[in-house]
Amino acid sequence: MLKYILQRGALALAVALVVSFATFMLLNYATDPASALAGEDATPEIVEQIRQTYGFDRPVFVRYFEWLGGVARGDFGESYYWNKDVASLVLERAPVTIALALSALMVTIVIAIPLGAIAALRPNSWADRLALTFAVSAQAIPSFWLGLMLIILLGVMIPILPISGDSSWQHFVMPAFVLGASSVPAVMRLTRTGLIEVMESDYIRTARSKGYRGFALLRRHAMRNALLPVVSVLAVQLGQKFGGSVITESVFAINGLGRLALQSILGSDIPTVQMLIFIFALIFVLMNLLADLLNAALDPRIRIS
Amino acid sequence: MTISTSTDLPAASETKTPSPRALMLRRALEHKGFIAGVVIVGVLILVALLAPLLAPHDPFAQSLPNRLLPPVWAEGGNWDYLLGTDQVGRDYLSRLIYGARVSLTIGFGAALIGMMIGVTLGICAGYFGGWVDHSVSFLLTAQLALPGLLLAMALVFIIGPSVWVVIGIIGVLHWTYFLVVTRSATQRLKSQDFVAAAKAMGATRWQILRTEILPNLSSQIIVIFTFELGISILAESSLSFLGVGIQPPTPSWGLMIAEGKQALFYRPWLVILPGVSLFLLVIGANLLGDGLRDITSPQGRN
Repeated sequence: MLKYILQRGALALAVALVVSFATFMLLNYATDPASALAGEDATPEIVEQIRQTYGFDRPVFVRYFEWLGGVARGDFGESYYWNKDVASLVLERAPVTIALALSALMVTIVIAIPLGAIAALRPNSWADRLALTFAVSAQAIPSFWLGLMLIILLGVMIPILPISGDSSWQHFVMPAFVLGASSVPAVMRLTRTGLIEVMESDYIRTARSKGYRGFALLRRHAMRNALLPVVSVLAVQLGQKFGGSVITESVFAINGLGRLALQSILGSDIPTVQMLIFIFALIFVLMNLLADLLNAALDPRIRIS
Repeated sequence: MTISTSTDLPAASETKTPSPRALMLRRALEHKGFIAGVVIVGVLILVALLAPLLAPHDPFAQSLPNRLLPPVWAEGGNWDYLLGTDQVGRDYLSRLIYGARVSLTIGFGAALIGMMIGVTLGICAGYFGGWVDHSVSFLLTAQLALPGLLLAMALVFIIGPSVWVVIGIIGVLHWTYFLVVTRSATQRLKSQDFVAAAKAMGATRWQILRTEILPNLSSQIIVIFTFELGISILAESSLSFLGVGIQPPTPSWGLMIAEGKQALFYRPWLVILPGVSLFLLVIGANLLGDGLRDITSPQGRN
C-alpha cells in the first residue's frame, strides 16, 4: 500500500509541475506582460522600462523557477491589476468558492444517486427511460443558461430566492444547483450501470432468495459495492467544480475564485490568472489522488496489480 | 466494429442472411433517438447553409425605431419580425439563423482539430506501447488536470478573440476523449490476425496504422466526433457568454444570451430563444452520437 501511495503521489507531483510549467509558458509566450501592464497607448520606451523594472526581459525559464520557488514559500507573486499580492487575493475569495463547490457536490449526490438507483431497479422500465432521457437532456443545457432560467423562475416569477451576491445561505441555493446539475448525468449513469452489474451477481441472487426485495435489497446489499466507483468519480467531480465556478459565479455575481479568474483575464492580470489555473489544476490533481487512494483502500485488488 | 465487411463478396446477396450493412440500416431506422438526432442536426445544418435564403432580414442591420420588439405571439409583436428584435433593433430570427452557422462552424472545426490530435496520439500509444504509451498517458493526465474553460478563456483573450482563434483553442483542448477510445481500440486490434498478415506481407508500420488500424476505428471515431461536436459548441457558447469568445456584432448564440441578459427581466425571450437553439443543437448531436454508437457496435448496446 505504501508503495502504491508513493507511486501515485509522485505522479500527481509530476503532473502538477508539468501543468504549471505549460501554463506559465503558454501565458508568457502568448502575451507580452510588459505591454499588457503598460496599457494600450503606452510608448515603446515606457513598455521597455516596465519590462526592465519587473524583470520581464530575463529568460522565461528563469522567471518560471523564480515563480515556482515563490509558490513553494507561499509567495504567489504580485497582482498589478488589483494592487495586492495574489496570495491574499486568493485567500479572500477562496471560502466562497469552496462553500459553493461543496454544496454543488451535495446537490449532485442528492439528485444523481437516487435517480441512478431508481433507474437500475428496473432496467428498461419507464422510470429508467425517463431517468436516461433526463440525463441526455441535462447534458445539453448550457449551465449559464440554466442559471439565467432559474433567475427568471425563482428570482422574478416566483421570487423566493436572491438572484445575485453571496451574503447568505439562500444566495447559494441556485448557484449550487446549477453547478451541481452539470455532474448529475455522469454520476447518475455510473450509479445505474454499477448497480445493474451488482444486481446480477451471485450474492444478490442469494439475498433475493432470502426474500429481500426492492429498496431493502438495494440499501442493505447492492449499494455498498455499486457505490465504490461512484465515490471516486465524486472526488474527481469535486475537483472540476472549481473550474466550473467561473461560469456560475459570473452568472450569480458571487465574489469567489471563478469570478476573480474572469476579472483577472479581462484585466490582463497574468500573475493572478497563472496562479488560479495552477490552483485549480492542483485541486483536481489532489482530488484524483484522493480518489485513487480511496479506491485502493476500499478494493485491495487495485493496490496489488 | 467492422473488421471485415462482406460488401465485396458477390455471394452475400445470394444467401438468406442479410448483409451487415442492411442490418445496420434496419437498426438505424428502428432507433428513435438516432432518427431524432439526424433530423435535428440535419435541419440545423440546412438552416446554417441556407442562412442567406432563410433569414428575413440582414442579421447586422440595426433599426433603432424597432428596438426590443416582442415575438409575434406576444402583445405588440408584428409579422415583420417573427421573433422580435434585440436592443439595437436587429431581427432576432435572422440572428438566430446566422448563429447556427457560427455554432456549427466552430463545433465542426474544433472537433476536427481535437480528432486529429487525439486519434494520432491514441493510435501511436495503442500500437507502439512502451514509452510512447507512457508519455501519451502522462500527457493525458496533465491535460485532464488543466481547467480547460479557464485556460481557453485566458488564451483566447490574450491571443485576440476571433472565430479561428476560438476554433483552434477549443480544438487543442478537446482531444482526450478521442485519445482514450482509439488507444484501447488499437490495443485490441493490433493482436488481430489481419494485422499479423499485413506484417508478414511486409507492410511498414505506417502502412499498417493507415490501412489496417485506422479504417477499423472509423465508426468509433465518428461517434466521438459527434459528442465532441456538442461539447465544442457548448464550450464556444460559454466563452462567448463570458465575453472572451466570439465578439459583437457576430451573431453567436452564447453572445446573444450575454447581450440579452441586461434585459432578462422584461424581455426574457432574448435569453430564452438562443438558449433553446443551443439546447436543440447539442441534444441533437448527443442523440446522434448515442444512436451511432448503438447502431455500429452491437456490443455497446445495453
